[in-house]
This record gives sequence, C-alpha cells and structure tokens, in this order.
Amino acid sequence: MKSGSRNSPSRDSYGRVSPLWLFLMRFGPPRWSEYVVKNWTGQRLVIAVPYLWLLIFFLIPFLIVLKISFAEFSPLGRPPYEPVFRWLEEGALQIKLLIGSYVYLFNEPLYVSAWLYSLKVAFFSTVFCLMLGYPMAYAISRSPPTQRNVLLLLIILPFWTSFLLRVYAWIGLLKTDGLINQVLFKWLGIVDEPLAMMNTSFAVYIGIVYSYLPFMILPLYSNLEKHDNTLLEAAQDLGAGPIKSFLRVTMPLSFPGIVAGSLLVFIPAVGEYVIPSLLGRTDQLMVAKLLADEFFLNRDWPRASAVAIAMLLLLVVPIMVFQRFQNKELQAQKK
Amino acid sequence: MKTEGVFSKTMLWVGLAFLYIPILSMVFFSFNNSRLVTVWDAPNSPTVKWYIKLFGDHQILSAAWLSIQVAACTATGAVVLGTLAGLVLSRFGPFRGRAFLQGLTTAPLVMPEVITGLSMLLLFVSLEQLFTAWFGWQFDRGFATITIAHITFTMAYVTVVVQSRLAGFDDSLEEAALDLGARPAKVFFRITVPLILPAILSGWLLAFTLSWDDLVVTQFVSGPGSNTLPMVIFSRVRLGVSPVVNALATIMVLIVALGVVLSAFLMRRQEQRRKREEQMAATG
Repeated sequence: MKSGSRNSPSRDSYGRVSPLWLFLMRFGPPRWSEYVVKNWTGQRLVIAVPYLWLLIFFLIPFLIVLKISFAEFSPLGRPPYEPVFRWLEEGALQIKLLIGSYVYLFNEPLYVSAWLYSLKVAFFSTVFCLMLGYPMAYAISRSPPTQRNVLLLLIILPFWTSFLLRVYAWIGLLKTDGLINQVLFKWLGIVDEPLAMMNTSFAVYIGIVYSYLPFMILPLYSNLEKHDNTLLEAAQDLGAGPIKSFLRVTMPLSFPGIVAGSLLVFIPAVGEYVIPSLLGRTDQLMVAKLLADEFFLNRDWPRASAVAIAMLLLLVVPIMVFQRFQNKELQAQKK
Repeated sequence: MKTEGVFSKTMLWVGLAFLYIPILSMVFFSFNNSRLVTVWDAPNSPTVKWYIKLFGDHQILSAAWLSIQVAACTATGAVVLGTLAGLVLSRFGPFRGRAFLQGLTTAPLVMPEVITGLSMLLLFVSLEQLFTAWFGWQFDRGFATITIAHITFTMAYVTVVVQSRLAGFDDSLEEAALDLGARPAKVFFRITVPLILPAILSGWLLAFTLSWDDLVVTQFVSGPGSNTLPMVIFSRVRLGVSPVVNALATIMVLIVALGVVLSAFLMRRQEQRRKREEQMAATG
C-alpha cells in the first residue's frame, strides 16, 4: 500500500482516498477529523468563530426555551420546573412533554386579549409611522444634496440618545400637569379640564411612533433616493397629475422600502415592553409585559417560555420576509 | 408636483418638531427649581441644583460606571465577531451553512427583546446547573453575563454595517495582495481593515450605544447587585418624573449631540480632502 501524496496524507498519488486511510478511519479517528485535516485552513477557523458564538448564544437558548415551555411548573423548585428529560435507573430516558402551558395561552381570556391588543397596537403604530414617515422621507430625498445630509443627521440623532429617556420625556409632556395640558388648559383654555393622556392607548401609540420613526424613514429614504426622476417627468408629460403620478409611479417603486420600514416597526412593536410599562394602560397588558410578569412575578418559567415561543411563531413570517428583503438589498448593492 | 412638495415639506417639519420637542422640553425643565418638573417655578429658576444632586447620587454614578464598562467590552467584542461574520458572509463565497449564518446574524436585529432576554437567561441558568454538577463551580450572573448577552444582539448590527461596506468594494485589491504573495491574515489587516475602518468605527459606536441603552435584556440576565444605568433610571421613572433624571438626560443628549456634530464635521473634512486629492490627481 502506498502512502498518501505530499499534500494530503489521506490521498494517494491518483487523488483517491487510500485504503489504509479508510481502514484507519473506520476504527481510528472519527469521520470529521479527516474532513478537518483535508480542509484545514484559516478560513474554516474564521467561519467557525462567529458561527459558534451565534450557535451557542443565540440558537441553543431558543432550544432551551422550547424545551422548558413543555416542562411542568413546580413553584418551589430551583429552577422552578420539572426536568423534561430524565434518566431512569434502568438506563432508560424518560421524556415528559406537557402542552398545558400552550393550552392555557389560547384559553385564558387575559392572554387572548393581550395578544389581540399587541397586534392591534403594533399594526396601527406601523400605519401611523408610515403616514408620518413617508412624506418625511420623500421630502428629504427631494431636497438639495447639501441639505439632505443635515436632515438625515437630524433624523438619526434622536436614535443615538437613550431610548428609555426619550420615552421618559413623553411622561413630562402627557401627564395631567404636563406640558401639553398646561398649554391647552391653562394658557389657551381650549379644553375645560386637563386631558387624561397618560396610561392610555393613545400614549402607547405616541411612544411607539416616536421611538420607531427613524426605522421607518431610513429604509424609505434609501429607496426613494434611488428613484429615476425621468420616470415622473415621463408620467407628467403623458398627462398624469401629481397625485396620479405619485400613486402610479413613485408608490409602486418604493414598495420594498415600505415593506422594510413597516417590518422594522411592526416586529419590535409587537414585543414592546418599555413603552407600555411606562406610558400604557394598567388594565390592558401587552404580550411582552405578560411574559415578564409571568417570569419575574409568578416565576412560572414554562408558561413564560410558551409565551416566547408563541410570539416567535407569530413573528417568524414577518422576520423571514424582512430577511429576504435585507438580502436582496445587499445583493443589489454588490452589483 | 408643487403641491405635493409643499405637503411633504410641511410633514417633514412637523415630524422634526415631533422628534425634538420632547427632548428639548426635557432639557428645558432640568433647570426648573420645582420638584414637579413640568410646572415652571419662575422666581427660583433657572437653577443647576438637580445637576449638583446628580453628581452626589452614588446609585446613579456607580450604575453609570458599570454601564460604561459593559458597553466598552460589548462594543469591542461585537466589533471583532461582527467584522468576522461580515467578512465571511461577503467574501468567502458560497459555503455550506452560509444561508444559515446569514439568518443567524440578521435575526437578532428584529427579535423582540423580551425573547432574547428570556432565552439568554435560561441558557445561563442551564450553564450554571452544568457547571455546578460537573466542576462544582458556581458563577454569579452579573457583568460577564450582561456583556455576553449584549455582544450577541449587537454583533448583528456590526455585521450589517461591515457587510454593506464590503459590498461597496470589489475584492480586486485583496486579490492583488494575495497574488503578490501576502498571507491571508496579512491581507486582512493591511488591506481589508483599513478599507472598512469607517464601518468598524461606526459599528463600535453603534454597539456601545445599544449596550449602554439596553434595559430589557439586561433585566433578564443581570444578577442581584449589578444594576446598569437604564435599570436605575427605569426603576426611578416608574414612580413618576424626577428632576435628577432630567439633568442626567440633558448631559447625555449634550454628549451625543457633540459627538455627532464632531463626527459629521470630521467626515466632511475628510471628504473634502479626498475630493481635492482626486482633482489634483486628475489634473496631474
């Protein structure tokens, strides 16, 4: 038997895997080691580092959440759930999967209303963001290039300041003796008594639109900026009015921007926690608050995990759509 | 066209007012003497007494220090991992599991924070159990767990920034260096890194800001006794407005505004210099 070529110990001079090596592989080192020996370059290492990190700290945690969502709640345990997998004394593996937590999610009225409320808030916040953000992005993309960068900077600037503090700022504006009520009630006298705006759905909408507006404007802007003006001119030459040419030319062309911006608002808004806990109603919870309460107050880890998994399943489709658009955008940049 | 322009211009200014009035009002009332924050106490204002109170507030100061440490470590770790991921995704061509890696890097961008936080905590709890069972070693949740969690969700942002910067260049420079006999590692540090340096810097700043600002994930993964600044702020403003928080917000807004203006100024100067050099090269 000939030993392998100079480059690789596993192949003979004709490039075939040598029988000796095959023999060794069967009893000796496991399969993957041969694979590593053959392909061992720095590249693999470079790929492996971020890959492993994300597998360990992003993917595996979800599997753990999935596992615990099927576990049985034991209030006094530490951690407070019964193990799902257990080795019995005879060496058998016992698997106990309970779907009680999931059944509860869809039957308990509190939960059902929280789901519906979260979806409603996220949907209308996205619509309001689009209604305000689209004209803004459009105006920026139509302004002279020197102003454009300043305007963009003004849009991004609040994003760099603390999200929590920006939400906090609205408490000062919305509360009963806050700025808005002082202006309306004391100075202008438009309203007969201070408006109750804190702890309402209105405050939540304001908070979400305010916090996520830059996420709507930026993808829209980067789309609108690329539009070819001659198309609009052509439409107008052919007799289309401003509204018609907008509806028939600009809008359809900016569709990818609308989708990307809307998803960037909708997805995090469904799971929003800070804004409803600071500004929102106390009698109507959103899903994220429910999850946190279930976890921190009731210490019911299985149920909190089930809420997380259900939320994830709900958001999987929008997240995948978003990723497709993101990839397309990157590919378009490459060309 | 005309009316459309007027409408969108108006909306732009309305939107900008909407973005800035809350911040400005927060800054304004930080100089108010009244404890009620939004009721202007004309005879005794403006005053800086809340700023003096802020700098004597040990809870806030120690939380801020912890937040700075976490954010700096997070940003550095996220830049290393995010740059590697961005490089792999845009330069290594198709390899097995590439689409999966792309999915793993963009998913944290849109993942609701409560889910990330819960899953990270459950991972740490499981690891704790494993470590105690196997090595008899107990670790506490705190600085390390917060930093790991932050790196995981901020590296996605760095990856996107680096990837889109790399997509703007073709790899001819790197190829040339390889042809001239440079080893891949050398090519990376001498060619690729200088090219994407702006992306790396803005990725670092982005990761720092996101970590500095994060409340939800931190609340899940932090242990007793390790309170970051957002946690302290949250627990205070839950009870209502507090003038000390206004003072703190003012300082933070000031730092960010200065930083952004400065970086815009530097970028513009660099751009001008580049243009001048290009012109000189063109005229010969």
